[in-house]
Parts: sequence; structure tokens; C-alpha cells
Amino acid sequence: MTTEPALSNERHAQDSLAPLRGVITDWSSDQRSFKSASWGKTMMWIFLVSDTFIFSCFLISYMTVRMSTTVPWPHPSEVFALTINGKEIPLILIAIMTFILITSSGTMAMAVNFGYSHDRVKAAILMWVTAAFGASFVGMQAFEWTKLIREGVRPWANPFGAEQFGSSFFMITGFHGFHVSVGVIFLIAIGINVWRGDYDTGRVGFNGRRGRYEIIEIMGLYWHFVDLVWVFIFAFFYLW
Amino acid sequence: MDMEMELTSGGAAPAVEHAAPAKTPAPAPAAAHGQQHPIWLYLVVWTALFILSACSYLVDYFDFHGYLRWFLIVLFMMMKASLIVAIFMHMAWERLALVIAILLPPLAVLVLMAMMAVEADYTNLSRLIFFAAAP
Repeated sequence: MTTEPALSNERHAQDSLAPLRGVITDWSSDQRSFKSASWGKTMMWIFLVSDTFIFSCFLISYMTVRMSTTVPWPHPSEVFALTINGKEIPLILIAIMTFILITSSGTMAMAVNFGYSHDRVKAAILMWVTAAFGASFVGMQAFEWTKLIREGVRPWANPFGAEQFGSSFFMITGFHGFHVSVGVIFLIAIGINVWRGDYDTGRVGFNGRRGRYEIIEIMGLYWHFVDLVWVFIFAFFYLW
Repeated sequence: MDMEMELTSGGAAPAVEHAAPAKTPAPAPAAAHGQQHPIWLYLVVWTALFILSACSYLVDYFDFHGYLRWFLIVLFMMMKASLIVAIFMHMAWERLALVIAILLPPLAVLVLMAMMAVEADYTNLSRLIFFAAAP
């Protein structure tokens, strides 16, 4: 009885197929398949997979209209250029937005860490810093939309080239901006709970359950996903 | 470190054979203490993401064109995406059952992409043939 676990451990340490065998035992066990993830985390992951499909469909339809049009596609590098000090810098606003979103991802990751060490003040502040970065991202996006609309970009026409540019732009960045805005609201709300110490005192939330510090990690998954989507939008829409 | 221990011990251990009803509880230990990793790791990834973003911006700034441009864009994009998923979203420490369930289905998108690329090519060709300006 005492030697058995040691033996099986040793056997699996040398067996390169052990992880795959683990997949089969996990999926065929009659308890639950995702043993390292709580139901909350699993549900967030499943939601993110479905969201991946939504954004993929947007980006693929963008690819389809861009490939099929015979009119030249507007040059994003020039459309999104800003004139600073009389010098035109290509894509600079988008670059700043990218850096802001990455920074917010960094502060989010640190908030998760402080949450698990029950350092609620630091965790809450970092979450609000993340929310502030997210809000400034949305602000810059609003500025960018305003600028383009003033220049005459519409979902059905624009002065730079192919008409489909406008609809793709508003659809993709609008949906992403909506995700960021929802994330900001959630971050502020969960941040208040953390600040108040709800997850230490076991305060019952509006859903009739006691929350745990794991909610910060789940929240973080959503936030990093928003950053992840932006990586793809930046590459395919702005740089391509 | 203890995450790895769980991976090897909990992973392939035949649960059915050893099932002892007396000591069943054992909820997955990882769910209890969550994903906590050293701050320096996040800072390293953060810096790497900054550098990679700067690189992809420079692709545009230096105005590379053609296959070099596309290759560099996709390269930096994939590197950034993998870092975010693996470290920030903790995929590197999750069990393979979850990793496969999450990362495999989106690959179907590549099939859709290929199909739509063929379709778009065809549309473009017919537009060029039938909607070309009359001589």
C-alpha cells in the first residue's frame, strides 16, 4: 500500500504519454473533467472560446471583403496617422492604445497575485488602475472614431478607397471597445468588493453566494482576452 | 512547483482502481489555492510584450512590404498571443484536459478562413471579369 503511489509516480515521470493518458482519465471520470479549474473559471473559459468565434467571424468577414473588392483598400498607416508638431507620424494613436492595453494587462496580472495573497488594498488599487487604463483606451477609441467620422468615413462610404473599410472598422473596433467598456465596469465593481473585504468576511453577494478571491483571476481571464483580441485586430486590421 | 506535483500524481493515476470510499473528498487542490506566480515573471512578460509591440509597430514605421511584412506581423502577433495565453491567462499551468478543450476548437476557424479566402478570390475574379470598365 505504501509503495504503490511511489511506484506509479515513478512510472508516470518516465512516461511521455502520461499527460495524454491524463486527458482520457479526466474526461472519463464521473466527477468533473477540469480538475485544476473551478466551475467559475471553466465557465469563463468556455465563454471566452465562444467570444473567440465571434471575433474570428468578424475578422474573417473583414478578410473576405478586403480580398474580394476591386477598389484599392485604404492605407491604414495613413488613415490612422496623427500630425504631432507639424510632423505626420503613422499609426501613432493605435500604437499608444496598444501599449496602454498591454500595461493594463500587466497591472491586472499583478492584481490577481495580490488577491491570492489576500492583500486586498493592493489588489483593489491595481484593479482600479487597470480600469483607468481601460477607460483611457476607450476614450482614445472615441477620439479616433470622431476623427474618422469628421473625415467622412461611414459604414457605407469613405473618401480613402474601398467602401467596406468603414463597415469593417466600425464593426470590429466597436465590438472590441464594447468589450473593454464592459470590462471596465466589472473591474470597478469587483474592485469595490475586494476593497471592502467581502472575500475575507464572506459577505453574501447579490447572487446569494459568498465570493472568493478567485473572482479576480476569472475577471483577469476576461481582461487578458480583451487584450488578446486587440493583438489580432492590431495585426490584421491596422498593420496588414 | 506543487502544481507540477499535482500534474504527475493526480494526472494519470487510475482513479477507479484506488477509489477508497472512506477517503473520497479530495477536491482538486489547485482550485483551493488558485494560480499564484511570482511577480517578476509577470514583469518579464510585460516587458516582452512591450518590445514585441514596438517591433510590430516598427514593421509599419519602416514600411516593409510584401511577404516580409506579413511574415513579421504574424510572427510578432503569435508571439504576443502565446505569451498572453500561457502566462497571463495561466494556460501553462492548467491541466492538458482544459488546454485541449479551450485551444483546439478555435483551430476550426482556420478551415473557415481557408474556405472564405477561396470564395473571396472567386468573387474578386468575377468582379474583374464582369464589372470591368467598358472599353
